[in-house]
Amino acid sequence: MTSNDENRAKDALKKQAKFGEDIDLDSYHDGKRDIAEMESLEDLPKDTKETMHDSGLTPSGKGRSGNFLLMDNSVVHSAIMGEGVELMPLRQALKVHDWLKDYVWKAVQPDADKYTAETYLAKADGYFIRALPGAKVKMPVQTCLLLKNRNTKQYVHNVLIAEEGSEVEVVTGCATTKGVEKGLHLGISEFYLKKNSKLTFTMVHNWSEFIGVRPRTNILMDEGATFINNYVALKPVKTIQTYPTAHMNGANGICRFNSVAVAHPGSVMDLGSRAILNAPGCKAELISRTITTGGTVIARGQLVGNAPGIKAHLECKGLILNNKGVQIAIPELEARVPDVEMTHEAAVGKIAQDQVEYLMSRGLTEEEAVGMIVRGFLDVGIRGIPDHLKAEIEKILQETDVRGS
Amino acid sequence: MLEIENLTVEVGGREILHNLSLSVMTGYTTVLFGPNGSGKSTLLMTIMGFSGYKVKSGRILLNGEDITHMPVNERAKRGIGMMMQRPPNLTGVRLKDLVRVTSKGNVDTDKVAEELDMARFMERDVNVGFSGGEIKRSEILQLTAQNPCLVLLDEPESGVDMVSIEKLGAKVHDLLTGPTHCAGWREKSGKAALIITHTGQILDYVEADRGYVMCQGTVACSGNPRELLAEIRKMGYQECISCKVNKAVQIKENAISEV
Repeated sequence: MTSNDENRAKDALKKQAKFGEDIDLDSYHDGKRDIAEMESLEDLPKDTKETMHDSGLTPSGKGRSGNFLLMDNSVVHSAIMGEGVELMPLRQALKVHDWLKDYVWKAVQPDADKYTAETYLAKADGYFIRALPGAKVKMPVQTCLLLKNRNTKQYVHNVLIAEEGSEVEVVTGCATTKGVEKGLHLGISEFYLKKNSKLTFTMVHNWSEFIGVRPRTNILMDEGATFINNYVALKPVKTIQTYPTAHMNGANGICRFNSVAVAHPGSVMDLGSRAILNAPGCKAELISRTITTGGTVIARGQLVGNAPGIKAHLECKGLILNNKGVQIAIPELEARVPDVEMTHEAAVGKIAQDQVEYLMSRGLTEEEAVGMIVRGFLDVGIRGIPDHLKAEIEKILQETDVRGS
Repeated sequence: MLEIENLTVEVGGREILHNLSLSVMTGYTTVLFGPNGSGKSTLLMTIMGFSGYKVKSGRILLNGEDITHMPVNERAKRGIGMMMQRPPNLTGVRLKDLVRVTSKGNVDTDKVAEELDMARFMERDVNVGFSGGEIKRSEILQLTAQNPCLVLLDEPESGVDMVSIEKLGAKVHDLLTGPTHCAGWREKSGKAALIITHTGQILDYVEADRGYVMCQGTVACSGNPRELLAEIRKMGYQECISCKVNKAVQIKENAISEV
């Protein structure tokens, strides 16, 4: 963390992001940094525990290797139950591991835009997760980033390292407590996947109508690493703009992004995923399934082929269930060497009438038929999701209002 | 059970069925023959009520109730079920979920799937990547789950291999003779079927009572289905067409001579 970085960040404080509505950062208060720590997540109020459940998390921590909870800007809980993995607040980890400074603000640049700049200057805390070399971490680590008070600006800085030959699964739920109408979440995530490691990362966004969200995520992958990213955002939000990018720098890496999102009336969701295939034999697959019931979805996807023998596929499909809804699919393929196999498939439109009537001919009402088709459509996007999360996600999906009035 | 009166139907602005009338009696299995493009599938799709099949004139009556302009699911509710020739793919909808919903817990769908050699398809998306024969078996599985009282089958045997056709035929037979869950009136009178067939193979499994031959969008003649099939095999459909034309000429001449 050189002063050079600090100067760059200061210079970037007004730098607008390339995508997404420009958010006025001064209209939010800094989130509290002094919320008291708690022994157990079981001590949380009932409705907060329900919110965690709805975000794919288990407050009891049962079946988890680790628990982490950030409330506004305070780490209120961090506990490790399993073996082969480290979990602690990033600020603490920087004191424990001298070498960690070489990983901080290296995958994401402080001056990328005003959101990264402000998060840098705020010296944000977040989680530090490290799967030890060769460790196959049995149970997932769960982290929860919660906006607790209204008008709050939450800064988060996460670093995740999967050491050589390790395997780990992380589940992150991002949510607001009930009654928080307005808020802003700025989240920096830097993931490092060493040789032959595997990370399965599932993020459930469970925000509310007036929340702005600007995650900034980069993943650096070494040889033979596997990264599986599942993103689920089914609840209303004001504005999200995110474009996580996997830099596949070692040969024979594998990465998969699966995204599922519903844009409710009033929501603007600018969701991208990008894989830059820099080494031979890398494979990437980016799949997104989005629905609008009145909001705007921009489904971006980019594949960059910089090395021979790579294979990559990009798929964005969108359903429009309401006359006011907008779907924008922007798939991009960029090849810089001849020996690549890169494809994309994009489609937006309404539900096919023949499918609806086919189900109606089996006795389903029109509403039931549309619901079944829409859930099926989204289901394709989350087939890669870990089994223990499926039931929870299915439940959220069942409760999601997909009527396209 | 089903009365079709002077039905004229348009598809994509083109008139396909002209002034067609036929009836399917309760407890009877009725077979539809006819060359490609004669309007057989159009008739079934219209009875089921799919959009795009526009009734210009005439009526469809189910047990005396006019269902001509009723939504598809209301017809299903009243006991009509159809095996489609080319059903759409339902990506993301698993076959087991669909049959669970349609059977409402009344039918052991796992057992039926086993009998139809479809157990391994239960986890698959409905119709996605299914072969012709697999679609037929999936359709009959869905129909069995639905257990309709008026069964419309569009070429149940086409694309089905020799081994599968026995299983399929047996299930069609079960479907037509098995107990019904439909409302009271059907229980005592049994089910009815309207089946399109080209080869007549399905007649080895179900006892057909009546046959119609359709030509150029209307009924050319009717009679004993086995006799009709034998006739068609021997003479081809051309005979039906000219037979109808001759009949029409005959009627006209008679009318003139009477004057």
